[in-house]
Amino acid sequence: MSSLKLWIAIGMLVLASSAGDVMLSAAMKRIGDLEALRSQKGLLAVIGRVISEKLFLIGLCCLIFSFFCLLTALSWGDASLVAPASASLTYICSAILAKFVLHENVDRRRWLSAALVCIGVLLLVK
Amino acid sequence: MAIACCNGTGDVLLKRGMDDLGEIHLSNWTHIFNAFVNPWVIIGILCLAGFFYAYLTALSWADLTFVLPATAFGYVVTAFLSRFFLNEVVSPWRWAGVLLITGGVGLVAKGPSLTERPQDTPAPTQKEQHELA
Repeated sequence: MSSLKLWIAIGMLVLASSAGDVMLSAAMKRIGDLEALRSQKGLLAVIGRVISEKLFLIGLCCLIFSFFCLLTALSWGDASLVAPASASLTYICSAILAKFVLHENVDRRRWLSAALVCIGVLLLVK
Repeated sequence: MAIACCNGTGDVLLKRGMDDLGEIHLSNWTHIFNAFVNPWVIIGILCLAGFFYAYLTALSWADLTFVLPATAFGYVVTAFLSRFFLNEVVSPWRWAGVLLITGGVGLVAKGPSLTERPQDTPAPTQKEQHELA
C-alpha cells in the first residue's frame, strides 16, 4: 500500500515536471529569442516579458508543484529510489509530451538519446 | 550559422549553470544541517536563478527535446567535479552512466536543434569543447 502511494507521488511528480517543462518551452517559443531581447532592452524587460506570459506562469506552477511532490515522495521513500526514478522517467515523459503537445520533430535519434540519458541517470544515482 | 553559435553558447551557459549547481549541491549536503543562512545557500540560490535563466534562454532557441538531454550533461560535470575536487570515489557503474549520458547528449547535439528549421549544426566540435572545458 505504501509503495503504491509512493509510485503515485512519483508519477505525479514526473507528469507535473514534464508538463511544466513543455509549457515553459511553449512560452519561450512564443516570446522568441531571449538573448536578443536582453541586448536590446535589458534584463528587466526580459523579466517583465517572461512574467507577463501566462503559459510561463502555469508552467512555473507545475514545476513548483512537482517540487513539492518530490519532497512528499522523499518523505515516503528512499532517496536512492525516488531521485533516479523520477529524474529518468521525466526525460522519457517530456519526450512523449514534446512530440504530441508541442509537435516537435522527435526522430529516432532523439528517442535514442532520451533513452540513453534516462539509463545513464539511473546508473549514475545507483 | 548564427543559430549554431547560439546553441553553442546556450549549451555552455547551461553547462556552467549546472556546473555551479552541482558543486553547490554537494557542499549544501554537508552544510545543510549547520545553518540555512550561510553563504553557500545564498550562492546556491544565485546559481539556481542563473541556471534557470540560461535554461529559459536555451528554450527560446531550441526544442525541448534538444535542451533537456543537454542539461543532463550537468550530471557528467558533477561526476567529474566530485572526482577531482572532492576526491570522491566514483564507481564503475557511475562511469558507465556518465558514458551513456555523454553518448545521448552527443547524439542529440548532432541532430537539428529546432523543428521548424531543420539543419545540420556542427555539434560534434561543440561537444568536444564541452568535454575539454
